Amino acid sequence: MIEQTNTEAHIEAVAEGPGERNTRRAFLAAAGVAGLAYTAALAYPIYRYLASPEEMAMEATAVTEVTLKDAQKLPPGAVLMFKFGASPALLIHHQDGRWISMTAVCTHLGCTVQYEPQADRIHCACHGGVYNAYTGANVSGPPPRPLKLFKVAVNEAGVDVSRA
Amino acid sequence: MSSKAIYDWVDERLGLSELAAFARHKTVPVHSQSFWYYWGGISLFLFLVQCFTGVLLLVYYRPGAEAYESVRQITFVMHFGWLIRSAHAWSASLMIFSILVHMFSVYFMKAYRKPREFGWLSGMGLLGLASVFGFSGYLLPMDELSYFATKVGLDIPTAIPWIGPVIANMLRGGPDVSEFTVQRFFALHVVVLPAVFLPLLGFHLWLVQRHGNASPPSVEALPPVERKSEPFVPNFMRKDLAMWLIALNILALLASVFPWSLGKPFDPLAPAPLGIHPEWYFMSPFEMLKLLGVVLRGEAGEIAGILLFTLGIALWVLIPFYDTKKEKGQRARAAHYFGLLAVFALLSTTIIGYWTIR
Repeated sequence: MIEQTNTEAHIEAVAEGPGERNTRRAFLAAAGVAGLAYTAALAYPIYRYLASPEEMAMEATAVTEVTLKDAQKLPPGAVLMFKFGASPALLIHHQDGRWISMTAVCTHLGCTVQYEPQADRIHCACHGGVYNAYTGANVSGPPPRPLKLFKVAVNEAGVDVSRA
Repeated sequence: MSSKAIYDWVDERLGLSELAAFARHKTVPVHSQSFWYYWGGISLFLFLVQCFTGVLLLVYYRPGAEAYESVRQITFVMHFGWLIRSAHAWSASLMIFSILVHMFSVYFMKAYRKPREFGWLSGMGLLGLASVFGFSGYLLPMDELSYFATKVGLDIPTAIPWIGPVIANMLRGGPDVSEFTVQRFFALHVVVLPAVFLPLLGFHLWLVQRHGNASPPSVEALPPVERKSEPFVPNFMRKDLAMWLIALNILALLASVFPWSLGKPFDPLAPAPLGIHPEWYFMSPFEMLKLLGVVLRGEAGEIAGILLFTLGIALWVLIPFYDTKKEKGQRARAAHYFGLLAVFALLSTTIIGYWTIR
């Protein structure tokens, strides 16, 4: 069996003049750039495809106002969970008649908090964080920041909740 | 630790230097028919594309009752979802095409002869599995076309006496194509078939390494000094990769310029749409059965058609066992003509099939 002689090594040995070395380097650099551009052209659609739900969620968080139909019928001492944009929020109708709405995402590690009517407080079951049910202030436990309050407007058709 | 020390440590445990030595000694014959050696590699590359795009589709696809809605979402809501889906569909077609080219080049170079019988058999198995991949994947969007294609396809085995209807009902998950069908086709398409296909593919590729590329009989007849070859690494590999790049570019072009469409959601009460026909790689067997049904009338004809068809496939699969003689002789010529007949039959029935679409 005759192995084909390595013609390429032969050509390199002849062509390796000082000027050619530069063109060779330029060629390799151009090939590298083209390769990178090619890979990027393949990777970009795949990235956007996989990131689609994230982008949709981002669009949802751009929501500044939510109308809760018939929520004005919520009895005192009761709570309504709803979605403000992409994340959960709560609307509390306190015994004293005050309407309070705030985000329901715990500032500690992102669990969903709950309103406890008998203790009149907001509690996070994950790590025992406690918030004030009127101001959203972090009262005890690990939460580092208060829960953000929303503006509430009650009318005959429902309750409008908007970003403060 | 130096990089050499790390290499030695790994080498001692995994035997990397043996692999490197194997790669250094691997050669590929050089002759006028060398072009056909690329097609196995192209098929492999397109299979890898199928795995990759398939996993991407799996990210959003939901089988069962929501199948159509999830494919609609992939196609029209998710960014570039249409492109991923189109690439998966086009790559499936291209893969079947390149496997067929690979098969016929192996056939006419008589590369199935001793010691490569298992290479041929495993290759036929891979082609069979690839067509089941194609058939099961076609249903997954659950649009009108895929519904009727599956309905017709699963009606063919019902012609087999006794076991036929049982097989068809088992595949459909009931007497008709429904959500149950798409759910089990999904399990078949993404779990069962890959689990069978991958080891068989590994076996096929291992055999190629073990026996190397076959030379056509005309080259084998030459005295050893007149046969040429080139090293696989890097010479042939570089050309192989260039072919992969060309295949990828053709795929990208087809997928983006001719995006795969999505029809209306399936409706079991709607009549079949006009001009409905199987995928191009099922056109020929479909048309052959149809033509045989014209020649041999009635239920007996239908069974005879399936038998005749099965016999032809069996003859094709078993070719290594009756075309064994290295010398040119009557039998080698007969095998060659059988191959030409197969090509002719495939092409003519495909053309007739497309010609007679109403």
